[in-house]
Amino acid sequence: MHNNPSDLIVVDQLSKYYRVANKQPGFKGTLKHFFDRKTYDVSAVTDISFKISPGEVVGFLGANGAGKTTLLKMMCGLIHPSTGLVDVGGFSPQRRQTAFLNEITLVMGQKQQLIWDLPPMDSLYVNAAVYGLSDHEAKVRINELAEMLELGEELTRPVRKLSLGQRMKSEILAALLHKPSVLFLDEPTLGLDVNAQARVRSFLSEYNKRTGATILLTSHYMADITALCPRVICIHKGKLFYDGDLDSLANSLSTSREVKVELKNPCASEQFKKYGEIQDLNDRFVCLLVSRDKLTDVVSNLLTDFDIIDLEISDPPIDQLIGELFIKGEVN
Amino acid sequence: MQRYFKTIRLFWSTAFASQLEYQLNFLIELLAMLGTLLGSIFILSLFFTGGRQLGDWTWESALVIQGVYTFLDGLTNALLRPNLTEIVNYVREGTLDYVLLKPIDSQFWLSVKKFSFAGLPEIILGLIIVFWAAIQTGSSFSLYSLFVFIISLLIGFVILYSVWFLIAASSIWFVKTWNATEVLRALLAAGRYPISAYPVVLRFIFTLVLPVAFLTTFPAEAILGELKFNILFFGFILSSLFFIFSRFFWMFALKHYTSASS
Repeated sequence: MHNNPSDLIVVDQLSKYYRVANKQPGFKGTLKHFFDRKTYDVSAVTDISFKISPGEVVGFLGANGAGKTTLLKMMCGLIHPSTGLVDVGGFSPQRRQTAFLNEITLVMGQKQQLIWDLPPMDSLYVNAAVYGLSDHEAKVRINELAEMLELGEELTRPVRKLSLGQRMKSEILAALLHKPSVLFLDEPTLGLDVNAQARVRSFLSEYNKRTGATILLTSHYMADITALCPRVICIHKGKLFYDGDLDSLANSLSTSREVKVELKNPCASEQFKKYGEIQDLNDRFVCLLVSRDKLTDVVSNLLTDFDIIDLEISDPPIDQLIGELFIKGEVN
Repeated sequence: MQRYFKTIRLFWSTAFASQLEYQLNFLIELLAMLGTLLGSIFILSLFFTGGRQLGDWTWESALVIQGVYTFLDGLTNALLRPNLTEIVNYVREGTLDYVLLKPIDSQFWLSVKKFSFAGLPEIILGLIIVFWAAIQTGSSFSLYSLFVFIISLLIGFVILYSVWFLIAASSIWFVKTWNATEVLRALLAAGRYPISAYPVVLRFIFTLVLPVAFLTTFPAEAILGELKFNILFFGFILSSLFFIFSRFFWMFALKHYTSASS
């Protein structure tokens, strides 16, 4: 495989197996488990290959347990691959060399690194010392990021008294202190309310534009992915399912369009059956799922057959499509 | 290197700040420490009422050992316990991931992140007891005996640290190792009394198998000017081996962690 110099991250035929023990239920099972452990290999990630260019924002999609986190951890060097290759900026992540660690950062939505009893500011200066930043550099950097993240006096309040959103923003600040050029974000908006999610998202997008940093994130909030990631990589049961831009994923998935119609007078559902699959019918509002090739005919027929006040055509919501995708994958 | 010093300074000042967040807890810790100390001096004084001797140790020289024990116990409470019992939580909560991705030695981070200031009075008190009791024995200090004393204390501490770290590091496999560290504290407690106060078999075990003698008896002998040079040398080699082994073991444990964790 030829490494193009424009590739920042190269993942080639990467696999990870875990050895797990199998325990039967009950006391007898426990005894057996203690004395004679039966183990077998479970594959978490199987034969995944992709490349990522500098400055890209890539979203990793997949159900819980699909292998997203394992993949992310292999790219930042926390998990050794069983077979295959990972290269991040010319480094082999699993060796965790200082030069590599200075370039990357990891934020995990469900695990925190700030000291619980102290204000974030204390943890920030500890981190600065660990990365060898001078007090002056640290101060400049903290001010810059705090402004972008809209953090003010929260930074001098004990972490335990901060809201989840404020805490997450402080965590992100701590993770970005050393100006990393590759960001690994594992569910960075987990548990946040809609507003806080949106703020984290807009920060990440701005950070990407300002610094040209590469961002890789997993999330199961579809809104994160649609707002941030032009490119998505879908993982299903440890295998690469789709790698490409989000729009064409939606296009290739949705062979149908949603047609929402507002009628002048209420009509019975039978009348719409011949046009497409009825998603919703409520008094004067109808929502139909129409396959793309029939779309123009159906719309013109609808316009001639009914008194229509308003008509709207749109893609079905992406998370619904992804869900269908995974179910389809199950069947195949 | 400078980065490591600055990091330690910030680790400990933040540790101090977070302890002061809970004033009452801090006071209780200090009181508990004082109680233990008074208790053990009282027990020791019982041994010596009526002019009895413990091994070939007089009351004063046995008090030197008590002082060394107090000092090491203080260091344990200040450094080893807060840091090494925490490793289990790093593993369980997965925050070890953050430590491993810092451009700093992970064993260093896990070993010095915290410093409990409740251990500090014990450290100072231990040293006071050592020197006061040593003066009482009538032995005169030389710069040399002071130097040997410091080296042998270091040897004792490194051995204790390494063994404790080994046990703590095994939490990567077993997750729960709290009981094992309690055994270790009991081991240190065995060093409260002169090694020659124990039966020959135990004396042998405490010197060669479980190096309790190196923790307390040998430093005490050093300040009394009685430590043989070859024992110091042997201790130096032994503690170096222990330390090197703890590092290799940690590398090995991390290899397992990074290949099995999820």
